[in-house]
Amino acid sequence: MPDLLLEVKNLSMHYDTLDGNVDAVKDISFSVKSGESFGLVGESGCGKTSVAMTLLQLQPDNSVITEGSIKLDGKELIGLSENDLRKVRWDSISIVFQGAMNAWNPVIKIGEQIREAMREHYPENSKQENIEKIDELFKMVGLDGSISERFPHELSGGMKQRAVIALALSCDPKIIIADEPTTALDVVIQDQILNEIKKVQDLLGLSLIYISHDIAVIAEMTDKIAVMYAGSIVEMGPTKDIFENPVHSYTRALLDSTPSIRGEKRKLKSLDGEPPSLINKIDGCSFAPRCPDRETKCNPTEHMRLVEIAPDHFVDICSQGKQ
Amino acid sequence: MSNNLIEVRNLVKHFEVSKSVFSRNKKIVKAVDGISFDIKAGETLGLVGQSGCGKTTTARSLCLLDPKTSGSVNFYNPDTQNMESIDNIDEDGMRIFRRNMQMIFQDPYESLNPRWTIKDIIKEPLDIHNIGSFNEREEAVMEILRTVGLTPPENYLNRYPHEISGGQRQRVSIARTLVMKPKFVICDEPTSMLDVSIRISIMDLMLNLAKELDVSYLYITHDLAVARYMCNRIAVMFNGKIVEIAETEELLQNPIHPYTKRLISSIPIPDPKYVRERYEINFDELDKIVKDNPNEQMVDVGNNHFVATHETKEYLIES
Repeated sequence: MPDLLLEVKNLSMHYDTLDGNVDAVKDISFSVKSGESFGLVGESGCGKTSVAMTLLQLQPDNSVITEGSIKLDGKELIGLSENDLRKVRWDSISIVFQGAMNAWNPVIKIGEQIREAMREHYPENSKQENIEKIDELFKMVGLDGSISERFPHELSGGMKQRAVIALALSCDPKIIIADEPTTALDVVIQDQILNEIKKVQDLLGLSLIYISHDIAVIAEMTDKIAVMYAGSIVEMGPTKDIFENPVHSYTRALLDSTPSIRGEKRKLKSLDGEPPSLINKIDGCSFAPRCPDRETKCNPTEHMRLVEIAPDHFVDICSQGKQ
Repeated sequence: MSNNLIEVRNLVKHFEVSKSVFSRNKKIVKAVDGISFDIKAGETLGLVGQSGCGKTTTARSLCLLDPKTSGSVNFYNPDTQNMESIDNIDEDGMRIFRRNMQMIFQDPYESLNPRWTIKDIIKEPLDIHNIGSFNEREEAVMEILRTVGLTPPENYLNRYPHEISGGQRQRVSIARTLVMKPKFVICDEPTSMLDVSIRISIMDLMLNLAKELDVSYLYITHDLAVARYMCNRIAVMFNGKIVEIAETEELLQNPIHPYTKRLISSIPIPDPKYVRERYEINFDELDKIVKDNPNEQMVDVGNNHFVATHETKEYLIES
């Protein structure tokens, strides 16, 4: 059994704003083994990206971690000094941001920008060594080595995104967080990038945290998923179990609202209402106002809290019915 | 006479671009390069393809936002009950045309004027076209708000776009479009900016309104799964040309053109047990074939299924 690489326990974080506290992450626990792909899925504003940022300790200044721990390889990340964090970031854990392809500096060649990160982390390497390493990484993500001599504007969106993945791999991390890495790309390019990420992951034995709102992509990319709603995880378990036997009403609603090109054409079901604003403290279950099973199963006074219903399959308590 | 609402023949839109400000050598970008299709009354035609293949340019040329380079577009004029060309259209004709053809844009955050209230936004087209009396217009706004599910309408009339959510904004866009009671609406990825749980409700709303108000859509998207849900027929575009057009299920079950196959095989399937096989094609080669056959026609392979000829030659010999 592979050991736990990343362990997040009871993590809670809020943003301190002029209008009040925004509870972006509420009591979240999950773990990722080495070589495993873990998916975080949910609608915009459900706290997916906040979790990613907190994992890297890159959250904005107005955020407050109220409790919890993040252990990477047994080492606690919360409370580490900026200097120690710099060693962890990229060396052990790196991230491909949403729209990262637009984050390249337009006046510096791609290769130079990647070398910059490598110089920081491996000061002992010679320039030649770094250049060879970059060539190798580019090959891995399906890019030509000559790309490193190009400027960002000379590349297409898909190529820039591949280069971002190469950059994320440049310091041999053990785990990569991919935050909606394909949202700005069209279907064919998305398909190629997903393929590339999977190939690299298998080749290097990396762990992956894949964040997306797209159920179909999550189904293909991950071994294990957590469904997030309003800052909490409402259901978590092996991807196959969750797709075969979704228990929580929100998970079922997400699956029911995803169109597919395979199988019988079916009527899709929409979910009424909108996600709650996280600025107001929510008493009881935050999904209750939209819950389709409100009348029969729901227990709106119960706070969201996970219980294990099958090995490794955790579901929010509310789906256990009225108590 | 068939009940076609719009007939497009050999629509071409080229853009001239110069390499630098002082360059005399103009380069021509063939954004749309001779496409033909019909849309029947009450039908939804999907236009799918990768970004940059000319989907949006087609839409803009159709509704005269950009003048087309050549080709003909005929539109059914309900007043005269005839197909009329949109070239040389006079001012009255234009007014009728604009009334019957509307567009819904992708981004509900950018396509609504932030300084206008919802009521102003929806009422504007009625004011421009001078439809009804003042009271009738007010009533029409209330009614359309109810139709698109923004109830009670009084709660929305005096709000501004920033005060409502993305899904509600897209509903306002739809309301503004449909308040004119158009016959034909061009939808340019209207749900791609919306969240999954809200997306379906907008798609269902559009489908229901199509039935209720007898509207035809040209539905532009790059997502075949969405197109399957929305469209009766799908046209696949590649580099400014339509390479395959067929009824939705027929196209998905029996794709013939390699580009269609590639497109279908790149759609992720929401089923972790299903192992999707990629159909790889050489895009450069396909691009060359399409460029080298500028005048080719679509061939009917039966079942109302048309494919660009360069891909059917073998197929036709076989059968």
